[in-house]
Amino acid sequence: MKELSLHILDVAQNSVSAGASRLDITLREDARGWLTVTIADNGRGMSPDFLARVTDPFTTTRTTRKVGMGLALYLLAAEQTGGRLSIDSAQGQGTTVTATFDRNHLDCPPLGDLAGTVALLIQGSPELELHYCHTAPGGEAELSTVELKEVLGDDISLAEPEIFAWIQNYLSEQEAQLEGAVQER
Amino acid sequence: MKSLEELRAIREKMKQQMDLRGPNEDNIRVVVGMATCGIAAGARPVMAAFLDEIEKRGLKNVTVSQTGCIGVCRLEPIVEVFVPGEEKVTYVKMKPDMVPAIVEQHLVNHNVVTDYTIGAAE
Ligand SMILES: Nc1ncnc2c1ncn2[C@@H]1O[C@H](COP(=O)(O)OP(=O)(O)O)[C@@H](O)[C@H]1O
Ligand code: FES
Ligand SMILES: [Mg+2]
Repeated sequence: MKELSLHILDVAQNSVSAGASRLDITLREDARGWLTVTIADNGRGMSPDFLARVTDPFTTTRTTRKVGMGLALYLLAAEQTGGRLSIDSAQGQGTTVTATFDRNHLDCPPLGDLAGTVALLIQGSPELELHYCHTAPGGEAELSTVELKEVLGDDISLAEPEIFAWIQNYLSEQEAQLEGAVQER
Repeated sequence: MKSLEELRAIREKMKQQMDLRGPNEDNIRVVVGMATCGIAAGARPVMAAFLDEIEKRGLKNVTVSQTGCIGVCRLEPIVEVFVPGEEKVTYVKMKPDMVPAIVEQHLVNHNVVTDYTIGAAE
């Protein structure tokens, strides 16, 4: 994957496939350039036995092909920067995937289009309760579908193209400010 | 800065349009494969381009949705178009700049863009 935001999109799709009704995506950057990405869901979870081998590319419950690559690729991306990946999961309760990246490392992919990732996740699962929060030394970018639904009411779906466009613009403005503030340091 | 106030204004506008439109029957569906290799091959900007183009043209009879794996990694990003009463059309190796032609020719005028289909790729 060329961007961390594409990994995030892919790992978050696992949560959607696991039947999650709530998804929390949190990015925290510290002043030294370490980034911690947490993707937490309340989906069906994994058994301890399955969890133990889930980052093995040959572990998948998909039926269309024999390899599941998402988490294996994510692990590789984190480790290539000197970071780590850890997965907590409990059957019937949910899964939390935490990865750390050294953004100053040469092999660290750029963050990429985080706004586009979040907007597409919401568009694809408009019923999902999604909380997104990206904090960095320069500030914070934040969005919650609960707030959006309060404004939109019941009759306008978060899957509408107009709403997708608004979410994307709303978040990219916040993200641009964050990146700008980081570069000024 | 964009604000929730602005979202409220969008809601009002959409509600008025909904009242005018009423329920629509012939819904066209565009489905984008968003599994790992679809995402790696560029499905996200393709999906965004469809939503963009459909919003710009104000097409109210088209829904865009995402699915997991469609099954042919080397042809990703893959997009399927379902027009009621017509056969499913599968577009492969999609790029955002191919989207406007598909929207105009296929979704609006009902002419399949044959060059981009799986048949042309095979
Ligand atoms: N958040 C999650 N909740 C429940 N199961 C998960 C979750 N993430 C991954 N899994 C399980 O791990 C498998 C491997 O995931 P992944 O590496 O992304 O490959 P793939 O999604 O292609 O199968 C999935 O098929 C699924 O069974
Ligand atoms: S994700 Fe590649 S064929 Fe399905
Ligand atoms: Mg996956």
